[in-house]
Amino acid sequence: METLVSDVKQELPTDSMAVLTADPMIPEPFRVVQRKPETEDTFTLVLERAQSDRPFEFQPGQFNMLYVFGVGEVPISISGDPAQPQRLVHTIRAVGTVTRAMQKLRKGAIVGVRGPFGRGWPVLEAQQQDVVIVAGGIGLAPLRPALYHILRHRDAYGRVVLLYGARTPEDILYIKELEKWRGRFDMEVKVTVDRALGDWHGHVGVVTQLIPKTSFDPQNAIAMICGPEIMMRFTIYELQRSGMPNDRIYVSMERNMKCAIGFCGHCQYGPKFICKDGPVFRYTEIENLFGIREI
Amino acid sequence: MSKKKDASPQTVTLPSNDLSRLFQVLQSRGYTILGPTVRDGAIVYDELDSPDDLPRGWTDEQEKGRYRLKKSGYGTYFSFAVGPHSWKQYLYPPRVRLWQMHKNGTGFELNAQNGPLKKYAFLGVRSCELHAIEILDRVLLQNGFEDPTYKARRKEALIIVVQCTAPASTCFCASMQTGPKAERGFDLAMTEVADGERHYFVLQSGSDAGREIVQELACAAATAEEIAAAEQAVKAAAERMGRTLDTHGLQAALYANREHPHWREVGERCLNCTNCTQVCPTCFCTTVEDITDLTGATAERWRRWDSCFTMEFSYLHGGSVRSSAGARYRQWLTHKLASWVDQFGAFGCVGCGRCIAWCPVGIDITEEARIMCAETVNQ
Amino acid sequence: MENLDVVLKKHPFFEGMSEEHIRFIAGCAANEVYKNGDYLFRDGESADKFYFIRHGHVALELHAPERGVLTIQTLGEGDVLGWSWLIPPYKWHFDARAMTLTRVLALDGKCLRKKCETDYQLGYELMKRIAHIMEERLHATRLQLLDMYGVHA
Repeated sequence: METLVSDVKQELPTDSMAVLTADPMIPEPFRVVQRKPETEDTFTLVLERAQSDRPFEFQPGQFNMLYVFGVGEVPISISGDPAQPQRLVHTIRAVGTVTRAMQKLRKGAIVGVRGPFGRGWPVLEAQQQDVVIVAGGIGLAPLRPALYHILRHRDAYGRVVLLYGARTPEDILYIKELEKWRGRFDMEVKVTVDRALGDWHGHVGVVTQLIPKTSFDPQNAIAMICGPEIMMRFTIYELQRSGMPNDRIYVSMERNMKCAIGFCGHCQYGPKFICKDGPVFRYTEIENLFGIREI
Repeated sequence: MSKKKDASPQTVTLPSNDLSRLFQVLQSRGYTILGPTVRDGAIVYDELDSPDDLPRGWTDEQEKGRYRLKKSGYGTYFSFAVGPHSWKQYLYPPRVRLWQMHKNGTGFELNAQNGPLKKYAFLGVRSCELHAIEILDRVLLQNGFEDPTYKARRKEALIIVVQCTAPASTCFCASMQTGPKAERGFDLAMTEVADGERHYFVLQSGSDAGREIVQELACAAATAEEIAAAEQAVKAAAERMGRTLDTHGLQAALYANREHPHWREVGERCLNCTNCTQVCPTCFCTTVEDITDLTGATAERWRRWDSCFTMEFSYLHGGSVRSSAGARYRQWLTHKLASWVDQFGAFGCVGCGRCIAWCPVGIDITEEARIMCAETVNQ
Repeated sequence: MENLDVVLKKHPFFEGMSEEHIRFIAGCAANEVYKNGDYLFRDGESADKFYFIRHGHVALELHAPERGVLTIQTLGEGDVLGWSWLIPPYKWHFDARAMTLTRVLALDGKCLRKKCETDYQLGYELMKRIAHIMEERLHATRLQLLDMYGVHA
């Protein structure tokens, strides 16, 4: 290298990152306009900018760092409609200190937002192809923006399939929307739960079992998977069995994250930084890491 | 911040007795001088007032899990290898406040940021350390985002190299092609020469700022003999490296051997003390702490050095992804010598040997890398 | 009416099986229809049928006094139901309830067992296919057991 620091040009991973403030570690205040319970431990926060009405542009599959004043910050995927950038929507599961504090926020409360970060779902590459979306548990939340996008541009895609697995019927997210989507003639929606009592009339079984019962052209389809890593692993096996090549499969990965901009080192997955190289990866990018323990 | 190579570098000779003049020139230009000094039985970096603060007459003995100072018997100022400190602590401080905010009626507002930085001159930067700084540049400035803390400090720092003439037995910068001679990227480079009765420094400017300092010192131009003697001193250092690491095929071999049983064996020895990551001049991992004052009206975020050797580092949904010590050692070593190359186009190791000397159980990165690469395990 | 051997031949379960064997098995088959809420069989009853679901959905259920009805799994069109006819003491271990109007092809288990005892090749072909289904179900059960979507803090 001729100079220690040659032109330090900020290369932005995605267009939407151009809206970031000068210091990417400083959260911007957003106001809670709605807090909606989804399940017993999961809720949706609808936010808007507190100090301006600039739209919040993002790509389906990207995430934000959400900050509760004085408590802490956590990465949360965006689950709203990219075509409605005035409303920033996150579906959050209350499992830790910060997310439990978020669950208690009232309308009008302020949260800090940094983002959007990362690389999202391949909604452009998937055009003219069948789209198979496989979600498990809260994994439906980061996939919902992709669904909104695909359904808004429905003609650009082939068959659209949503397979969703939840723990019990009570744990199903976005149930009204799922019902609405199931009523459409231009998409196939299958929902299954791992366990149910007798008053449940839907499928019982793991989400992977729905794949062989679904019609799509594996050679001409893109699969987008999000859920616990075990669920994704077995979904990949099942898609492979259906004849889908690995380079048509996309997964959303998760690791501990502190900065979201590739500085803190926590989210490393082999050579990848989940925060900026992902969270969505083409399976072929990470298949050599996927089965390795404690990587 | 860009250290443009000096278009007309000046090479002069500074008699060792005049070293205090360099201090005076730097101080008159507003620099706070940071450099090596003896403290707590080690050579550490701290603020220096005069050459008297330098470790004159001291040298070090380093081995696996061992660091000792001893009298060299000579009057040289810089006859030692790197100690537990690195320049990272000034450029990317162990604990730094990222911001402070206070609540107001409609939300929260940013309070004034930290005051102006001191203008630092880093005196005694070795080639391996200069390369480590270059690696941090890649991580913190050329990675899609810029870290403002690092950027500001990096921009202000005047870099004065002292070429290495006394490598330790733990050193392997020659293998990593990061030394012992610093070729560029400095403001000023000095080589200490003590042959017989003469004791002097050959000074070379590497930037406009460096040339101005050289000009102000008004020393005599270095003679061909003096330059040759300085060259020879550094060249001899290259031949006295205590260790080697064959980097050929290293990345591929480490990737292929992620399931090597030896990771577990190292894991059994490793105490997870995090020493190696703290002394490493390139380890950049950090975590954040969010705090509030007692009233809850003011909140701060602090960033502090973290280590991939802790369980919390990979915490995810109630568990640790890397729960075994072997997996954590694999992460560290594979990051340094393999995935770093994918991420930043260079190894994350400069061969300074600090992690070898400061490991309480004497785990040696060169040895472990050799074992991991000796055979490719059938998967 | 479509010949039952043609129906069977189209089913993936019989893929690669000889015409002769399929014809024979078809001889053990009969069409059955269940209304929503009807039970195909109940826990403890003697297991003497092997079902192929042609249409509709079936819930496999267990009843626990303190928890009520628990659905273990649901099966639908194209799925195979029941292997207890092959394994002594030939008793069902759960209830199978039609969740909708359900049409099945029911093979006579005794008839199949008898034939398998004399024609080992047929027995092996059937066992291979049933083992495959068992493996799939066991695998799915393991995943269900993992409680993948639960909080494991």
